[in-house]
Amino acid sequence: MNLFSFFTRAGSAPVARNRLQILLAHERAMGGNADLVARLQEEILAVIAKHIAVDRDKVQVKLDRGNAVSTLEIDIEMPTPALATRN
Amino acid sequence: MAKVLVVTSGKGGVGKTTSTAALGAALAQSGQNVVVVDFDVGLRNLDLIMGAERRVVYDLINVVQGDAKLAQALIRDKRVESLFLLPASQTRDKDALTPEGTARVVDELRERFDWVICDSPAGIERGATMAMYHADLAVVVTNPEVSSVRDSDRIIGLLDSKTARAEKGERIEKHLLLTRYDPIRAARGEMLKTEDVLEILSIPLLGIIPNSEEVLRASNLGSPVTLANPQSAPARAYFDAARRLMGETIEMNVPSERRGLMNKLFGRKVA
Repeated sequence: MNLFSFFTRAGSAPVARNRLQILLAHERAMGGNADLVARLQEEILAVIAKHIAVDRDKVQVKLDRGNAVSTLEIDIEMPTPALATRN
Repeated sequence: MAKVLVVTSGKGGVGKTTSTAALGAALAQSGQNVVVVDFDVGLRNLDLIMGAERRVVYDLINVVQGDAKLAQALIRDKRVESLFLLPASQTRDKDALTPEGTARVVDELRERFDWVICDSPAGIERGATMAMYHADLAVVVTNPEVSSVRDSDRIIGLLDSKTARAEKGERIEKHLLLTRYDPIRAARGEMLKTEDVLEILSIPLLGIIPNSEEVLRASNLGSPVTLANPQSAPARAYFDAARRLMGETIEMNVPSERRGLMNKLFGRKVA
């Protein structure tokens, strides 16, 4: 931190306030549905597993809670042979 | 008409026990009959903060299970005669707090006192839900810090759904007590401001307790801060909060330490 940034450093409180507002809006909306993401992940994987063998370690789930919209990103690495045999 | 008040927060270490002792003592100092009840079964500490740790014979669990009479378990404060303590058990676990037994003890306390102040354990499990279940009103103790505010929000949700009043479709009065507040850091934008916390939690403000070395001093001495040093900033803030609980309207401010000139010049403590 240089001398300039020391004098102009903005307070961290507005950041705290913002983060809380976004988080709590989600937590309140979820209510008893706190494990929704975990359940979505399970069900989506079950659907895919019906058709192809999926390695559970090759599945990545990312959640980003935003102010207006949230995104749930499910990244499944499918083995090439599994697809190839179907074609 | 007796009032049952729960002091709760979700998060640990924010000042529930300190606030229970200080508010209880402040109400008793103004002539009310008060009992402070420790619901932290297995980790009791209200006895220590009240300075009664060497006088505990029977506890809440003994009374809940019918092994002791209420009168045997109540400890009268040596400084304020209308202030009593019902300690928690140190050896049992929270499963010993049965809903029926707790209901019976709270009813009995309602008959004897003006104020029944329940000191909730941290967390959202049985001890905490038992402490809040019979409450008419709640004091939600919150630090101006993100994790404390989040947990308070969760506790407010539980107060609105998991209490006897909520189950009957009635309202439970909720009040915010902001503790460990540093007005200078808040003004600099380094700490959440009172308005920020109020806007996020949207419950009425009962008081703002400034961060103060007097609180640690009082706990060292085993005395609620309103008794240990009634002139100190946190004590004055607790007195104001207690008067608001009794229905008075008092202007909201953050008391600061009154320092003499010599104290101002030389009294600055290192850290």
